[in-house]
Amino acid sequence: MISKRMPAGRRNFDRFFSVLGMISIGIGILLLIIVIVGAVKDGIHMVSPDFLTRRLSPTRPDRTGVLTPMIGSAYIVGLTILLSVPIGIAAAIYLEELTRPSRMREFIQANVSNLAGVPSIIYGILGLALFVRAFQLGQTVIAAALTMSLLVLPTVILVTREALRMVPKAYREGSIALGATPWQTLFGQILPVAFPNIITGIILSASRAIGESAPLMVIGAATYMRKPPNGLFDGFTVLPIQIYYWSSDSRRGFVEVASAAIFVLMVALLALNFFAMFLRGRARRV
Amino acid sequence: MASQAAHPFAKPRSIRVWVERGLTAICFLCALATIFVSAFILYTLVVESAEFFRTIPLKEFFGSPNWNPLMKDGEYGIRALITGTMMIAAGSAVVGVPIGLMIAIYLSEYARPAVRKIAKPALELLAGIPSVVYGYFGLTVVTPLLKMINPAITTYNAFSGSIVVGIMILPLVASLSEDAIASVPRATREAAYGLGASKAEVSLTVVLKAASSGIIASILLAISRAIGETMAVTLAAGMTPTSNIDFTKAIGTMTAYFVEVSSGDVPRFGPQYTSIFAVGLLMFLLTFGMNLLSRRLVRRIQRFG
Repeated sequence: MISKRMPAGRRNFDRFFSVLGMISIGIGILLLIIVIVGAVKDGIHMVSPDFLTRRLSPTRPDRTGVLTPMIGSAYIVGLTILLSVPIGIAAAIYLEELTRPSRMREFIQANVSNLAGVPSIIYGILGLALFVRAFQLGQTVIAAALTMSLLVLPTVILVTREALRMVPKAYREGSIALGATPWQTLFGQILPVAFPNIITGIILSASRAIGESAPLMVIGAATYMRKPPNGLFDGFTVLPIQIYYWSSDSRRGFVEVASAAIFVLMVALLALNFFAMFLRGRARRV
Repeated sequence: MASQAAHPFAKPRSIRVWVERGLTAICFLCALATIFVSAFILYTLVVESAEFFRTIPLKEFFGSPNWNPLMKDGEYGIRALITGTMMIAAGSAVVGVPIGLMIAIYLSEYARPAVRKIAKPALELLAGIPSVVYGYFGLTVVTPLLKMINPAITTYNAFSGSIVVGIMILPLVASLSEDAIASVPRATREAAYGLGASKAEVSLTVVLKAASSGIIASILLAISRAIGETMAVTLAAGMTPTSNIDFTKAIGTMTAYFVEVSSGDVPRFGPQYTSIFAVGLLMFLLTFGMNLLSRRLVRRIQRFG
């Protein structure tokens, strides 16, 4: 694009600007590597099958493991998905397929976008007042899961709507023209096509939920808890909260445990993310 | 739906019709549930805040420079928390916005598909790293580096907090600004090229100007994210609320206060408990306002773009 007759000053600025852009991209990619390496380097040597299967030890950094918080995370994220996905998909189907543009729809849509922008810790405050106190569920797995469900619900709705919107209009028109009802069209045509993208969105929501700790902190995760939870009404702790406690623990050796736990968390998250990217890549080809 | 009942060839089978109506009703209720979530959030925050302001007068809340509710004679000066939150918001914007914006320009105006193919997923992963991991990174990597430059910096400091939150909001600025830049019509660029402008000149003047409301929207959203950011800020910048603006020292944000209260046994009654909701309400209004403004701006580009 640059004309040979352009004055040297402008030409140099043009080159400078494109180099600046490349450097910025480089910084972005480098940051990804630096943050991950920086966070796992102190503790990666501690990760072993033992580390994964041992319970928490409040006093001995060399004897502690991540079984307790891992089971806590699995419980809470599993329940969260179970609770929020059906409701989220149903709401998205209603907004996208079953209703025509109206004030009501507009209002619900704006409300969902607003909810998606509410800081996660506010959901924690809501959970504390509503589930822990008003419903008297206490600081339990189920209170945590209910809170997290409210937190991920807007995201599930948004990704499902996005997936439904990517289904070509012709599919709907073809099906309706053959005499199918809206629900037959939905089950027969739209959902099968949108399915991989919906799953991708749900996996990404789940990975967000696994890393989330602030709202659970407010709900009241157990500070020290040896045994993993074994039921909906047990106390809980999750991997990121345990990482927080270990990171701010001034006793020798616990910072390394935090780093080792970060390694475990990051492996789980990266696996989920790559799986989601793989699914999305396949969905695009179909 | 009315349209299908009116179909001349349709033989409505009553069971199917009723099942479908039932399913539609369920879906409607699920969509309606989201409104209840918002209503619950607002109701809890307002009701408990009202309780809080019955014991702590507004004059102390906005007048006192100290925030110390967990002491015996608690001090409730929100200014200290707002100072901390605004320091992180401003600091992280200084770190994250220029690089994020530069990435957005480069990705949409310059980058070859191969570069995009690497950069986009990398940014997505950067955005997917949990907050607590950034906190650990700030505490154990960024702060020691800062200490090498300036030994006066304390273990918890606003500098480190701003840097990690800046890294966290960078992908958000990059992807939302890129969307805004991509929606600038081709003809606008071509007109500028036709007048003899270089690529950098086109990007910096014409494209940035045309995409400006979308870019401002992305920055607002990023700052609102920074305000709500919790674990990273708490781990890197500490929880010592102060009204002094000193980036080398520990500060306390609104979010860090929630963590501090929750780390101990949350008191069940009194202003200590209700203060959570008063701070929460303020934070909700702050982020809600910014998100709303941001969406207004985005809608404006869609209309004129």
